[in-house]
Amino acid sequence: MIQPEERLAAALAALILDPAAPPARHIAVGAASPIPAAACWLVKKQGHPVRLSLLHKRHGNPFTEGSRELFDLTGQGRIDLFFLGGGQIDGQANINLIGTGDWPGQGTRFPGSFGSAFMYFMTPRTILFREEHSPRVLVPQVDNISAPGVSAPGVFRRGTAQALVTGKSLFRFDPATARFTLASAHPGEDAASIRAATGFDYDEPAQVAVTPDPTPEQLALLRGPVCDEMLETYPEFCARVFARKAAA
Amino acid sequence: MTTAPPAWPSVEELAARIPDGAMVALPPDNSLPSVALAKALIRRGARGLRLLGVPVSGFATDLLIGAGCVAELQTSAISLGEAGFAPRFTAALKEGRIRVQDATCPAIHTMLQAAEKGVPFMPLRGLIGSDILANRPDWRVIDNPFAESGDPIVLLPALSPDFCLFHAVMADREGNVWLGRRRECATLAHASREALVTVERFFDGNLLEDERTAPGTISATYIGGVALAGRGAQPVALLDEYGFDAGYVAAYARAAKTQEGFDNWLAVELGGSEKAA
Repeated sequence: MIQPEERLAAALAALILDPAAPPARHIAVGAASPIPAAACWLVKKQGHPVRLSLLHKRHGNPFTEGSRELFDLTGQGRIDLFFLGGGQIDGQANINLIGTGDWPGQGTRFPGSFGSAFMYFMTPRTILFREEHSPRVLVPQVDNISAPGVSAPGVFRRGTAQALVTGKSLFRFDPATARFTLASAHPGEDAASIRAATGFDYDEPAQVAVTPDPTPEQLALLRGPVCDEMLETYPEFCARVFARKAAA
Repeated sequence: MTTAPPAWPSVEELAARIPDGAMVALPPDNSLPSVALAKALIRRGARGLRLLGVPVSGFATDLLIGAGCVAELQTSAISLGEAGFAPRFTAALKEGRIRVQDATCPAIHTMLQAAEKGVPFMPLRGLIGSDILANRPDWRVIDNPFAESGDPIVLLPALSPDFCLFHAVMADREGNVWLGRRRECATLAHASREALVTVERFFDGNLLEDERTAPGTISATYIGGVALAGRGAQPVALLDEYGFDAGYVAAYARAAKTQEGFDNWLAVELGGSEKAA
């Protein structure tokens, strides 16, 4: 039995290793869900030489200059890939971590933008990740822009979203047209169900692929050494997804 | 064995130095907030504080807002981590009781670094096209004067909080404070007019004399006052000394959904001492 989280981790790992994308030598994982962290560990445990800076790990903090070091590293171009989410994400890959309604989130207030208004510009690529795939999250236009999906010519920017991964599907992003294209639907979903659950317009191939299952080797890694690495930081996740409890 | 510690002020005495309306910078839940000082500010009935999250805000900020101590908050985000959104912040924003200035993490660090260097501003990449910038009339976009062709870049003004508050592991007789690798607190202490610090314990020696402790030490030059507060970060974690008390914060998040629930929680928490009016 493959857990949905395991499939998402494998899908994210495939994006990380995409040979067409800029190389991912140093990945930082911030205030995102544990699934991106699992994907990064999977890539590493598959033997790929990648440096991981996991900002929410109590032990193994890689930074000696405090939390500003992540941003200084990223400013220099030393972080290759970051994950971002959003309370709202729109069809131009704008993300909203501020809230709905008038500024600063007079409808539903979200926690705030964190480092997104910098990281989205300064990493060669970003993977957008949000498990909830619904018209309230994937909107035609975000109410407030924490960080824009694309920038005007002349504005310094190293990269954009590579893809958007949700609990239902995987979209690729094309910065030239500022549009998403449906790349695959997870098992149980199809072109029509994705269209119905998505508030923004996007392109779609004639035949929509199914997001592949993790291989048996990947599943063994996720449930073994990847879980070992994640147990301290994400005990509830590991118990729920990998049925593994931290030692008392 | 340690000799008698110096005659440090009490936590209450440190809190009494912070006048109503002051700009007070607080690190978030992963970087040594002094929950002890936040509670002391509530006990003294502080009002009109302008809080700065460095670079984001957590439990202590929500407490201060719930207790009515806060007029303004500048931060890059506020949450209780796994326990979800910060309930008293959300309510105060909705009811228009606090003014919120949103930022982004590296912008807060950069404004403090400018103050640390004594320069009036520093540039930062990113931000252009974000509504954060659109809502910050105090932030400017200029054309990079060193570029061959057009290169817009954001300038951020130096920011010197009146006070910064954090909780460190130990301090010595000289007033040097050790907090390990959380060096954003050093930048914060350098940039603030006065750093008020609580510590777990007294260190009987000089932290700057040992090469192993010196890099994690903030010189007494920047420290306005130190008070002893055992488990003064609790329920937040303190380095490798103690962990985050997720159950406590989750219970807080449930109680603080309403102002009444918050008030009851606070009355119990402050141990019968007089609650802020």
